[in-house]
Amino acid sequence: MNIDITSLIAQTALVLLLSPLLSGLIASLKAKLQNRRGPRVWQPFFDLIKFFRKDMVISEHASGVFAAVPHVVFATALMAGLMVPLAWVPAPLQLFGGALALVGLLALGRFFLALGGLDPGSAFGGMGSSREMTISAIAEPAMMLAIFTAAIAGGSTNLSQIVMAGDGHAGRFLEPAHTLAFSAMFIVLLAETGRVPVDNPATHLELTMIHEAMILEYSGRYLAMLEWAASMKQLVLFGLLANLFFPFGLAPGMLPAAVAQGMGWLAIKLVGLAVAVVLVEFTNAKLRLFRVPDLLGAAFVLATLALVSLFLFR
Amino acid sequence: MDYPAILLIVAACAYVAGMAGALLLRRVGRLALSVGFGLAAVGGACGFLSGVTSLATGQAAARGAVTFWSGPAPNLRLVIQADPLSCFFVTIVSMLGAAIAIYSLGYSGAYLGRKSVGLLAALYNALLLATTLTFVAGNVWVFLIAWEMMALLAYGLVTFEHEDRETRGAAVFYFIMSHIDAVCVMLGFLVLFQAAGDFSFDGLRGVGAKLSSGQRDTAFLLFVVGFGIKAGLVPLHVWLPVAHPVAPSNVSALMSGVLIKTGIYGIARVCFEFLGGPPLWWGALLLALGTVSAVLGVLYALMEHDLKRLLAYHSIENIGIIVMGLGASLMFVSTGHPVLAALALAAALYHTINHASFKGLLFLGAGSVLHATHTRNMEEMGGLVKRMPQTAMLFLLGAVAISALPPLNGFVSEWLTYQALLQGFGSTDSLLRLMFPVGGAMLALTGALAAACFVKAFGISFLAQPRSQAAERAREVPASMRLGMALLAIACLFLGLFPTVFLGWLGPVMNQLTGEALAGRLSLAGGWVLAAPGANAGSVSTAAMTLFGLSFLLVPLFLRRMLGRRAKTVRGPTWDCGLQGLTPRMEYSATGFSKPLRMIFKALFRPHREVQREYEFSPYFARSLRFESHVEEVFEERIYRPTRFWILRVSRRVRALQQGSLQVYLLYIFLTLLGLLLWAV
Amino acid sequence: MFIHDTILNRLKRGCETMDYPAGDAPALPDRHGGGLRVESARCAADCSACVSVCPTEAITRASGQAVALDLGRCLFCAECVRACPDRAITQTGDHRLAARLREDLVLGGTGKEQVRLAAALNERLRGLFGRSLKLRQVSAGGCNACEADTNVLGTIGWDLGRFGIQFVASPRHADGLLITGPVSKNMALALQKTYAAVPDPKIVIAVGACAIAGGPFVGHSQVSDGAGALVPVDLFVPGCPPHPLTILDGLLRLLDRLGGPSGKG
Repeated sequence: MNIDITSLIAQTALVLLLSPLLSGLIASLKAKLQNRRGPRVWQPFFDLIKFFRKDMVISEHASGVFAAVPHVVFATALMAGLMVPLAWVPAPLQLFGGALALVGLLALGRFFLALGGLDPGSAFGGMGSSREMTISAIAEPAMMLAIFTAAIAGGSTNLSQIVMAGDGHAGRFLEPAHTLAFSAMFIVLLAETGRVPVDNPATHLELTMIHEAMILEYSGRYLAMLEWAASMKQLVLFGLLANLFFPFGLAPGMLPAAVAQGMGWLAIKLVGLAVAVVLVEFTNAKLRLFRVPDLLGAAFVLATLALVSLFLFR
Repeated sequence: MDYPAILLIVAACAYVAGMAGALLLRRVGRLALSVGFGLAAVGGACGFLSGVTSLATGQAAARGAVTFWSGPAPNLRLVIQADPLSCFFVTIVSMLGAAIAIYSLGYSGAYLGRKSVGLLAALYNALLLATTLTFVAGNVWVFLIAWEMMALLAYGLVTFEHEDRETRGAAVFYFIMSHIDAVCVMLGFLVLFQAAGDFSFDGLRGVGAKLSSGQRDTAFLLFVVGFGIKAGLVPLHVWLPVAHPVAPSNVSALMSGVLIKTGIYGIARVCFEFLGGPPLWWGALLLALGTVSAVLGVLYALMEHDLKRLLAYHSIENIGIIVMGLGASLMFVSTGHPVLAALALAAALYHTINHASFKGLLFLGAGSVLHATHTRNMEEMGGLVKRMPQTAMLFLLGAVAISALPPLNGFVSEWLTYQALLQGFGSTDSLLRLMFPVGGAMLALTGALAAACFVKAFGISFLAQPRSQAAERAREVPASMRLGMALLAIACLFLGLFPTVFLGWLGPVMNQLTGEALAGRLSLAGGWVLAAPGANAGSVSTAAMTLFGLSFLLVPLFLRRMLGRRAKTVRGPTWDCGLQGLTPRMEYSATGFSKPLRMIFKALFRPHREVQREYEFSPYFARSLRFESHVEEVFEERIYRPTRFWILRVSRRVRALQQGSLQVYLLYIFLTLLGLLLWAV
Repeated sequence: MFIHDTILNRLKRGCETMDYPAGDAPALPDRHGGGLRVESARCAADCSACVSVCPTEAITRASGQAVALDLGRCLFCAECVRACPDRAITQTGDHRLAARLREDLVLGGTGKEQVRLAAALNERLRGLFGRSLKLRQVSAGGCNACEADTNVLGTIGWDLGRFGIQFVASPRHADGLLITGPVSKNMALALQKTYAAVPDPKIVIAVGACAIAGGPFVGHSQVSDGAGALVPVDLFVPGCPPHPLTILDGLLRLLDRLGGPSGKG
């Protein structure tokens, strides 16, 4: 059982440090498009450091589950980050899990997050939990089908394997299966990271919240862990989308020159996806909760079409 | 006779002794309880050891059939055969039987003085014996006798609390459905007997080749209906959510954990061993039925606020997943991919034992909650995690397992199922190969919905504040109950963290049914990693995930040391936007939690909602408010009710034949004899 | 195409956020007189013309003492400026009014002609909140003018977010409270609970005459005469309502960020 220690440490650092930067970048881009200066890209780092230094106030109704939640969410998000190839092809934990384990880990994090919303006994938390579980349930089939399309095309559920199989086939993303699966996965990305039009991450109105509502009771370092985990999950999904569907530019091994090039390409892909997400947020209003299944149903149809075209054109 | 076989006989004797002892001592409640359930636990332990050693050492594969009674007629024999498939299922029934018996030592205490605990213990032992017999049956006679015994004993146990009208009705419904399925199974065996001329399982092996295509299809359909009713496959499942909740909780656990698996055992044995050489549509039918069961089971579970009914619907969902695996396996057998067939079968069988362990655990947990709060209604619970911490943690473990979340066993068997489905896409050129990924997508939907349902079940029942006096007064349950649950929790952990071990033991079973043992192809890195067969296939390691996950917690720990050394933790009231304070009535309810899904799937549920309010000046200041909401049970309303109506109607017409006059009856006899004589000619 | 046109339009407009504090502050509107300056040396011996015209009794003059103008109770109606025969009270046109201590808002004594501007937070708090300050707004029963002027700070011209200052949805996520309104009796419990819900270390900012001393409702039985009666206040921003520039100046002064977006000032 050989795990590349260098790759493990490097990717851990990459995931931990790049995820707040990505959140900051998206916020900054959104501000620029709104004609204002906006917070700096380093703002999430400042927020995290401050939260770690602050006290915590915990509800008297909360139980041990409340304390366990941030730990589970953080650990699962980080572990998911180590199963996705980001700047280099061999993801450190690829032997221990691929696409299915990734989805499972994110689901475990979400399960505990939802429990954390219910524990303090506040109605807002319960509402957030209910909505989050509903939306993720409706998004699962689309995500699975998109992943299956990629896995069938790549011959395995091991993500590094899929990337390796796709590398070198530049014309791959003109194939209908590819484009359709990408579109489906993009919509699922919006749902899973809680972006407009599914959820507004900056809202203050509890009745419009989904993800925020579950973390209303958290403070101090628990809140820091949850926010960090959310941005790591965002990075994981961005990275997954970028490297599954545009599997070029990744370093084949851990050689410094290749890694530097891989990081460069990763940065380009992430910025590209960030711009796409910001444009979508900028041109759309948040959907009513009961319209979100329509959107995710459209994602499901796109994913099914991707699969069918894989079947037809193979 | 080998050592494990002796152990099995010891187990059977323990069950008989337990039954006898409990009946003899039934006047002395406490003694009957200890003797009855104690011996059941001993029997279960022996059976478990027997099954596991038989599989692990390969002795099961080497065993032959044992005839222990020969009758006067040529085919009238009683035969026992403990082959690998039987040993696997014996392992399941024994493991659950033992754990639940230990649990019952504490649980049945609630019945002391009120009802005959000795009778409960005796019936329990008898049921374990009958189920074990069903699995080790070597010919159709033993199988059907044990099957019938199982049905009768289960009926007796379901109707244990017969003072309640709902229970009586549910038990009768269960009884009727059991007999419909017994009839179908008997007819199926008769069709097979016609070609084989032999009732023994050895003789029936491969009989499918001798049947005509029409006969094989008829037999297949009869068995699917018969075993499907027993397993709880949609649309034959309607009895399950009615019967399982009303039984005492230890019995519900046994029923959901084991009795419905007898249906799976039946399908596996008949389709793989007896019928063999299946056409593609058989597997496709099972895959389709399994998918529908899985999705509908979990959707209806989401709408429930009765904890045990919710768990019963989840049994339907998991049976659906198992049948999906079986269907996929049959399809691979049809297209000639033995390795994939073995993989899918391994997934299905692994899910069988996983489901037995986590569903058993969950039902026992529900029983503990019922014991402590005297209610099954989730809307009256809450705050139990502080009053029953160990039960809560065990229930949480079961909830994480059933939601197919890593690193527990539900995730592992679903992972195997996904791998089988994924590789299935390339296995055939037929249009049916689209069923595999779509089945996978539906499996994903099921998993996510199950997670939602268990967030609700655990969150509403255990977390936040108690919603009623009963919940407030709840206390932790006796140690024996917690021990029983803990045993099953350990099983879940073992099966989840070290799947390669048990999958290795399953090798002989797969070999028996598909001819391919998958020996060593499923494990990498010395057994720490579970891998799908095939080059570059995906792999997963739940043990490694757990280790890494725990070590990643060093990051926030380190940051806390560095940055947050002065940070304190303070307790305060839940943030309520500055109101006087949150009351339990302001918490989210189970019905509210599932509302978004009820709305999204309203085409299926057809929710009906009624609000009545009584007010003097303005409807906003009502004096009383009555809210009623229910969902339509599609199969009950659309299929069973009309069927019942027409059967009764036709029966009333046919009753005209019962004239009550001797002359008319003699005429009937005469006409029948005439008819038979003419037909013989 | 709609999206195409919108994006082009946005790109053409460019960044519309003001340069302040790196550049000059925007000019106050003509009607806004800015702060007040009290030169009690100019007062006539027994003159108390200003005392009687003040609607909130913010001006007091004990016999033989200098006149005292409590800027915290002041509604900035400028009646006293118009009433004074000796031009002892004048308008400065200066937007900077925020103070750390309640006493610093009482003008009139020697050396206290104008408000003593707020000092920055102590080093520990500055290090904690300097780049990331999250506030929970508590609207405690006022007329909402202060809330409106605070809200304006979130618009693209002012853009409070560029300083790392943000309003949050839950007091658990906040580092402090920004209180407006005279804290009516109905809101007293809510304010106390909100304060208790914010994790330590925390700050409290009282914006507007109502939050400092009760504003036009001072002395009414149904108000608590300002937030100071219930929670310890770290920053007072006088005004009725204070101009957004005053509020922003107060916040930046608290965090020692008036030198420009890069910090020192």
